[in-house]
Amino acid sequence: MTSHIIGDTGTLTGRSLRHIVRSPDTILTTVVTPIALMLLFVFVLGGAISTGSHGSYVDYLLPGILLITIASGVAYTSYRLFLDLKGGIFERFQSMPIARSSVLWAHVLTSLVANLVSIALVTGVALLLGFRTAASVAAWLSIIGVLVLFTLALTWVAVIAGLSAKTVDGASAFSYPLIFLPFISSAFVPTSSMPGPVAWFAENQPVTSIVNTIRAVFAGQPVAGTLWIALAWLVGILLVAYVLSIRIYRRKFS
Amino acid sequence: MITQPAIEVRDVEKSFKDVPVLRGVNFEVKAGSVFALLGSNGAGKTTLVRILSTLITADSGKASVLGFDVLTQPLDVRGSISLTGQFAAVDEVLTGRENLVLVAKLRHLPNPRALADELLDRFDLTDAASRPASTYSGGMRRRLDIAMSLIGNPPVIFLDEPTTGLDPEARLEVWQTIRRLAEAGTTVLLTTQYLDEAEQLADRIAILHEGRIIQNGTLAELKRLLPPAKVEYVEKQPSLEDVFLSLVGKETR
Ligand SMILES: Nc1ncnc2c1ncn2[C@@H]1O[C@H](COP(=O)(O)OP(=O)(O)O)[C@@H](O)[C@H]1O
Ligand SMILES: [Mg+2]
Repeated sequence: MTSHIIGDTGTLTGRSLRHIVRSPDTILTTVVTPIALMLLFVFVLGGAISTGSHGSYVDYLLPGILLITIASGVAYTSYRLFLDLKGGIFERFQSMPIARSSVLWAHVLTSLVANLVSIALVTGVALLLGFRTAASVAAWLSIIGVLVLFTLALTWVAVIAGLSAKTVDGASAFSYPLIFLPFISSAFVPTSSMPGPVAWFAENQPVTSIVNTIRAVFAGQPVAGTLWIALAWLVGILLVAYVLSIRIYRRKFS
Repeated sequence: MITQPAIEVRDVEKSFKDVPVLRGVNFEVKAGSVFALLGSNGAGKTTLVRILSTLITADSGKASVLGFDVLTQPLDVRGSISLTGQFAAVDEVLTGRENLVLVAKLRHLPNPRALADELLDRFDLTDAASRPASTYSGGMRRRLDIAMSLIGNPPVIFLDEPTTGLDPEARLEVWQTIRRLAEAGTTVLLTTQYLDEAEQLADRIAILHEGRIIQNGTLAELKRLLPPAKVEYVEKQPSLEDVFLSLVGKETR
């Protein structure tokens, strides 16, 4: 039956993408908060923040805003997964001769598509606010690559939440700390402006290395070691979350 | 030719935490027959159906479908059955047609759309085919649910309380569907809380009570166990069901 895994995943991905197309508000809700944050920081707070870099503040801000967009977007994955498990349709799938893990993969791929759309929308608004980059096509592709990895890593975390939640609110509550993490990172202000222990935390948590990488690539600067730290975090989180998800799934449903 | 039973259940036990739900259930279902599992709410009917459809595993005992063991050959079992659960398992966001196409694709059948159209027609859902299932009435949803289960003509069908919560008219429609399945030679395992439903549809009736099958036989055999009916003359008022059905123009059987 593993020969069907790709076909079944495709069929089930088509199904959940239809859910998104029919309730586009899930994408709008995802992008509203990051866009509001961007407006707030660019027009209200940004003037008082000295970033020590040359570009405009929106250039500085965008990488962190993109990560916040993804962190809030994946909450819908755990929400949709949770609803699927509660509803009868999941039992129907489980009682059919399909590749069982295709049910999870479909949610993961759907999350990827939805988050890429959200990121495109937020980037569009950033361009309107004056975001400019000299990034080449290759640079853009590498940024998209990092964002895809980030989305996959957080989506598998969301799968854990969706599989283990007892209530629908519990299913999406895991994303609040994720949305909060960028605030204690280099996303909005340089970590050097923070008091000692906070700065230490900010410099050593994953968001800072990812933000710094994306920011450097946008600015056409060398990324140096920060890229490897970012990749290590991303691949590490991705693998741990994936293995845990599959283990929970197997324990619960087979 | 030895015909092996379509469904075989031997000494199946299942507890949730320390609460025993099934305490050694035994029965078999002849291929091509309709078997009703009768039991009150909480008797363990759904638990048994979930074991047979490989959704959960029994603590002990053996169960097989078409000779495939539910524990060791779950994929073969899934390929032989379809499950219509106690609560309609349709995708509310998708339309009726999309729901059917989805199942046809997951069963890897050729021409999913043609199959869907055929079933929509057979279940009187053609007019509602392009509406989301969330707009369907309870009866329509159940019909769609059963139609989804029939895709690919699985030889064994489990129907878990297929008429609970339906209005009398929808109930009769479901009964009709089950009768047609039986005529086509499908093996049907049906669970119900209603004696009259079992009476209407089943070749054999088993009563599940306190975790065991306490009676198993044909309707005639079971009736012989009951005290003989007394003959009394009372004027019979039409029941609410009779009134309703005559108003909407269907006959009671
Ligand atoms: N997943 C479960 N966890 C704990 N108890 C359960 C679970 N599923 C069913 N039960 C219990 O098992 C008993 C039988 O349930 P069920 O099989 O649904 O009965 P029926 O379908 O005949 O109404 C009930 O007491 C129910 O509370
Ligand atoms: Mg039940």
